[in-house]
Amino acid sequence: MTPPHPRTWLKVTPAGLWCEPGDFHIDPLRPVARAVVTHAHSDHARPGHEAVLASPATLALMRTRMGEGAGRTRQPLGWGERLRLGAVDVWLEPAGHVLGAAQVAMEYAGSRAVVSGDYKRRADPTCAGFVPIPCDVFVTEATFALPVFRHPPADAEIARLLASVLLFPERTHLVGCYSLGKCQRLIALLRAAGWDRPIWLHGAHVALCAAYEALGVPLGDLRPATAAAKADLAGAIVLAPPAAAGERWARRLADPVVCAASGWMRVRGRARQGGVELPLVISDHADWDELVATLREVAAPEVWVTHGREEALIHEAAKYGIAGHALRLLGYGEEDEAAA
Amino acid sequence: MIAFAALLERLAFTPGRNAKIALLRRYFATTPDPDRGIGLAALTGELAFATAKPALIRELAAARTDPVLFGWSYDYVGDLAETVALMWPAAATSAAPPRLAEVVATLGGAARGDLPGIVAGWLDASDAPVRLALLKLITGGLRVGISARLAKVALAGLAAGRIEADAIEEVWHGLAPPYEALFAWIEGRGPRPDPEDAPVFRPPMLAHPLEPEDFATLDPALLHAEWKWDGIRVQLVATAGGRRLYSRGADDISAAFPEIIEAMAFRGVLDGELLVMRDGAVAPFADLQQRLNRKTVSARMLRDFPAGVRLYDLLFDGAEDLRPQPFAARRARLEAWYARVCPPRMDLSEIIDFASLDELAALRAGARAASIEGLMLKRRDAPYVPGRPRGLWWKWKRAPLTIDAVLMYAQRGHGKRSSFYSDYTFGLWRDDVLVPVGKAYSGFTDAELVWLDRWVRNHTTARFGPVREVEKSLVLEVAFDAAQLSARHKSGVALRFPRIARLRTDKPAAEADRLESLLRLVGRVSAVAG
Repeated sequence: MTPPHPRTWLKVTPAGLWCEPGDFHIDPLRPVARAVVTHAHSDHARPGHEAVLASPATLALMRTRMGEGAGRTRQPLGWGERLRLGAVDVWLEPAGHVLGAAQVAMEYAGSRAVVSGDYKRRADPTCAGFVPIPCDVFVTEATFALPVFRHPPADAEIARLLASVLLFPERTHLVGCYSLGKCQRLIALLRAAGWDRPIWLHGAHVALCAAYEALGVPLGDLRPATAAAKADLAGAIVLAPPAAAGERWARRLADPVVCAASGWMRVRGRARQGGVELPLVISDHADWDELVATLREVAAPEVWVTHGREEALIHEAAKYGIAGHALRLLGYGEEDEAAA
Repeated sequence: MIAFAALLERLAFTPGRNAKIALLRRYFATTPDPDRGIGLAALTGELAFATAKPALIRELAAARTDPVLFGWSYDYVGDLAETVALMWPAAATSAAPPRLAEVVATLGGAARGDLPGIVAGWLDASDAPVRLALLKLITGGLRVGISARLAKVALAGLAAGRIEADAIEEVWHGLAPPYEALFAWIEGRGPRPDPEDAPVFRPPMLAHPLEPEDFATLDPALLHAEWKWDGIRVQLVATAGGRRLYSRGADDISAAFPEIIEAMAFRGVLDGELLVMRDGAVAPFADLQQRLNRKTVSARMLRDFPAGVRLYDLLFDGAEDLRPQPFAARRARLEAWYARVCPPRMDLSEIIDFASLDELAALRAGARAASIEGLMLKRRDAPYVPGRPRGLWWKWKRAPLTIDAVLMYAQRGHGKRSSFYSDYTFGLWRDDVLVPVGKAYSGFTDAELVWLDRWVRNHTTARFGPVREVEKSLVLEVAFDAAQLSARHKSGVALRFPRIARLRTDKPAAEADRLESLLRLVGRVSAVAG
């Protein structure tokens, strides 16, 4: 008997992607009985599910972000541990996106599908690296699926930031970045580049940095920017949500150089829209080359493409004999616009 | 090219003048000759390439990229050079990115047919920022927005206080890229480059605004008064080395005003006001604007907007430097020179007779022509001092006009003002709709800025990126120097130097001024001027 095609058992429903023989949803958009969550960003991890299955770090980060809303029962699953749900074997492998971010692998009657969630392929000291899983259907994100998005090495971008701090020692460098993942990766990159001075945080970033540290990711000397004397902030690096530069909160800073760390910063028009003075191209998503390489590596004959620029990736996949389909799941990518 | 590309990338996003100077200074201090000199020339517009046309870039992209993906990418990015720079495929090459000097030298000598191969080789060896800089450079589309003056201020920064920007100005136009002698002089490794006969620019003398507290110190017997005309201040330089027309900021605008250059059949340096003049009558600034920022000028432009120069001062008569002499002596020399040379398209700025400051004030109040900005007061004994020396020259602008306008949009400022909504778009009523008539970002006190910022945040009705639309309920008294008809503005009128004079929280928005009253004001003023 030929194994059933994943389209017969993995379906798009109004609540999101549903695995019928396992009776669970992956990153559901509304409250469900059983959810498998790839990572803790708010467009993937939503509150109010009955049972949540995720990596231990994702469950911990969900607790930090949504408290009781993180699911009535929460079941951690370590990397590579297989679990039987209904008639389906489920396991998680790292996606390399943020701490705890997982790909969900499912095997049913000899047919295997992998939902990548959001992923990247670059080394990231704050989370486990992406593990390719050969499969029959690979469900991929496509946030940066245009060939104009090729992320430069992150350490070179950090070097640009530090060179700017050196050139403008009397000013504060305010780096707009998303509070979960990007913020901690930036801190880790700065530490790796030898920046051992205090890094100052906007209030929105404090709790998640503490959660990362509790999960074993050391971030060094972090301090709340609200507690800083004005003199402390001259020549300092402050991390805050991207919108904070325009808020009254920013008046404590010394003539800030407004920076933003995101894959969108690659395109000048996008960087200009935000009023950014120093755009840093640092992303937690795969760039174009990495998306294409990943499709070839997992060698699935078929890919389903979720949020982003599906048409370009499907067009490219066809050159390698990979059949691509756009998976119309509304609701993803909302957090990523700021976070990517 | 790497350092130059990095500099361009930063400059493109840096609004602050001081920050730009710091970035330029670092580039000049850390980049070797001859690249930095070529970079300087590229930034100041001295290097003009149009070697490669956009069609060449399209061809290269077509050969190396998927046309479907290129189309989608171009749609997304919106700029051809940037799209190609970003999506150019990685190539297996061990070549280093080209140096700026190498790019310029190669382009200078390349046969047209070799160009695609050369450019493709460079793109292969470069990363995205370098590719973008290259493509912008070779298609003549750098558009950095750096004035030549700013570059000279940054250069002076390398001299650790030994050489002022003004001193660089006086040799600048005698030099050519890559400016190695200039860098040697600035860094203390060589002598001052001698411009010899080159038609170099001399930094102009500027005036301070006349403040009420200055009145007590003024002695009418020691002063000359002249009208202050609303054109652009220029310097005419004619030497054995050539003829040049410079703007106040040392930009060479000769090409845009060939009729002035043609009229400069003399040897000397003069200071004056460039105006559009018809039969001796000065046209509004908007007419002059038609002639500015052009590389070439059509016969029609020359006919419809004829330029002339109203002469203020004589700095050099032949090779004789008159700048150390007092104004009264220079004026006498100017008058004698004018009578002798009779240059076409030029006239003398009139010296106004007055016995007392009260009389002068009455003259100033009576001047209604739009082309008169106010009065200039100059001490008879003042030498011509570059820069803005205190206590020698004053500008006494006409009392500003005002309108009561309604705040419509506010935008966040930059740098120190980046957390403040400090740029205000205001409008006037046309029937029962508000039409935007201008934008102001000055005139208010720090305390008023804080108040305005809070008001904007509390009355926002919509957001567009850094811009907020606000409730149409706050009236601002806007002061401006002149108003002119303008086809470019939605309202049909453009304001000169608008600024916020007062916050009229006492006035309901419905009682703000109507667009018709502003248009009447323009009409009346133009009528007087004509």
